Amino acid sequence: MQYETVIGLETHAELLTETKLFCGCLNRFGAPPNTLVCPVCLGLPGVLPVMNKKGFEMALKATLALHCRVNQFTTFDRKNYYYPDLPKNYQISQNYLNLGVDGYLEIKYDGQEKRIRVHNVHLEEEAGKLIHTEEPGADYSLVDFNRAGVPLLEIVTYPDMRSLEEAEAYMNTLRNVLLYTEVSDCKMQEGSLRFEASISLRPTGQEKLGNRVEIKNLNSMKAVLKALEYETGRQRESLEGGGVVAMETRLWDELRERTERMRTKEEAHDYRYFPEPDLAPVVIKDQWLEELSATLPELPLARRNRFVTELGLSDYDAGVLAEDKAVADYFERCVSHYESPKVVCNWVTNDVLRELKERRLEIKDFPVGPEMLVELIKLVETGAVSMPVARGVFVEMVDTKKKAPQLVQERGLLQISDSAELEGIIQAILTENPNALTDYKKGKKTAFTFLVGQIMRKTKGKANPQMVNELLKQKLEAS
Amino acid sequence: MAILDKKTIEHVALLARLELSEEEKELFASQLGNILNYIEKLKELDTSRVEPMAYATATKNVFREDTPGPSLKLEEALKNAPDKLQDFFKVLKVIE
Ligand SMILES: [Zn+2]
Repeated sequence: MQYETVIGLETHAELLTETKLFCGCLNRFGAPPNTLVCPVCLGLPGVLPVMNKKGFEMALKATLALHCRVNQFTTFDRKNYYYPDLPKNYQISQNYLNLGVDGYLEIKYDGQEKRIRVHNVHLEEEAGKLIHTEEPGADYSLVDFNRAGVPLLEIVTYPDMRSLEEAEAYMNTLRNVLLYTEVSDCKMQEGSLRFEASISLRPTGQEKLGNRVEIKNLNSMKAVLKALEYETGRQRESLEGGGVVAMETRLWDELRERTERMRTKEEAHDYRYFPEPDLAPVVIKDQWLEELSATLPELPLARRNRFVTELGLSDYDAGVLAEDKAVADYFERCVSHYESPKVVCNWVTNDVLRELKERRLEIKDFPVGPEMLVELIKLVETGAVSMPVARGVFVEMVDTKKKAPQLVQERGLLQISDSAELEGIIQAILTENPNALTDYKKGKKTAFTFLVGQIMRKTKGKANPQMVNELLKQKLEAS
Repeated sequence: MAILDKKTIEHVALLARLELSEEEKELFASQLGNILNYIEKLKELDTSRVEPMAYATATKNVFREDTPGPSLKLEEALKNAPDKLQDFFKVLKVIE
């Protein structure tokens, strides 16, 4: 029997505020343990939370970017449970009047666009961090509350994804939207972006959903995909063997690459939500929404499509550029100084991205700014330097922060486009390689390529390639 | 008439991390039952056309600016902890 995979995703994203959601402690990763805490985020008696306006607006901005209907009267609730990383024994979250409901995220996979519906978006506080000691036989865990109270956005989809590829496209697109709207740094390795997945299988064509399994402990997008792949196999096997998939929560075991049933007590999900009496409701007037909407940037997919329709790039290249807002901004700044987007695109997707990756740089710290790159591109266009030389110059520009014309001058890299000079070089190469001439006469095409290579080597890539081709051909035919 | 059975009391006690003796379970079953009966009485009112109340006063939109305030010193933060180890709060092992 054919089965269809049905996937839903829950995302937690820490917001990029300066301070925590309800107190003035810094929202920072990597500080010494328990140094960014105060009576509010430690849940000491008698304290009151006060909402961080910036954090609330960031959440609202993401809600708008996900096309949600905003609850213009939104409230906060207590989610009650005991866990050592939760100092108050409840988490301030939203349950009844979530910030946003019924939105969608548009993804593109395999050339097809699809809307993944967003069930709700809500704002809550982060818990502390538990440290499990390696010490054998230890009967304790340690808690660092620096993270407790950091603003956390939760985004819950409908079970709208039908394959691992769609789940992957959703995660990437959502990450890009959160980066584009500058509400989260989305660093999975620091835990500021986390996913939980739910997956079920049903016979293809059947409308009723199968029993759903939730998967937790997914520390990277790769882990999400591996866990989903494993679960698809496990559930299919179970169904094909006539079994029933248990509705349960499973944990991904990164080491063994499999999911395992989570041991939980039955009362674990009885959160007894009730309205948070310490936080006043928030009324969001139309004007506020309009002001925030106006600050939304063009979103990744729209930008990708614009790069294709307006700038004539391939969908693939457009996708590579639009994936990172800073890279796309860099590209567009170049294009504003140079009329051929395709040429710029080649430079950015090949050379710039390669150097960024090799040097582990972010584009904002990249020594070669858009104007500097365009200056180099123009040197190629006017024939002042050849393309291979320009590539080398580019790397030197990154090393030295010097401008292209200066480097070309200093290193004597100007392209040789003087026919008399080139003819002299060609003659010399032919004299040095008499066999190649004979081979060419016998009809061996590779001899030509060989000779061009020798000429380029002799001139350190400075010879004008078109002229070399023409002149060499003339010379060979004439001899 | 809401009469609470022992199982419900045990469930609520577990959620609240309370350890109750058998006598207490019986006592609380009847006492909590009475309270719930009182709430049941309120349910007789037709509230279908009334917005649920989210907050006790008319206050709304209380915000603070995203500016840093003082945090506690590490020693102060850990001062009231029932147990600690180095710079951390120490708790019973959490099984994942
Ligand atoms: Zn604090």
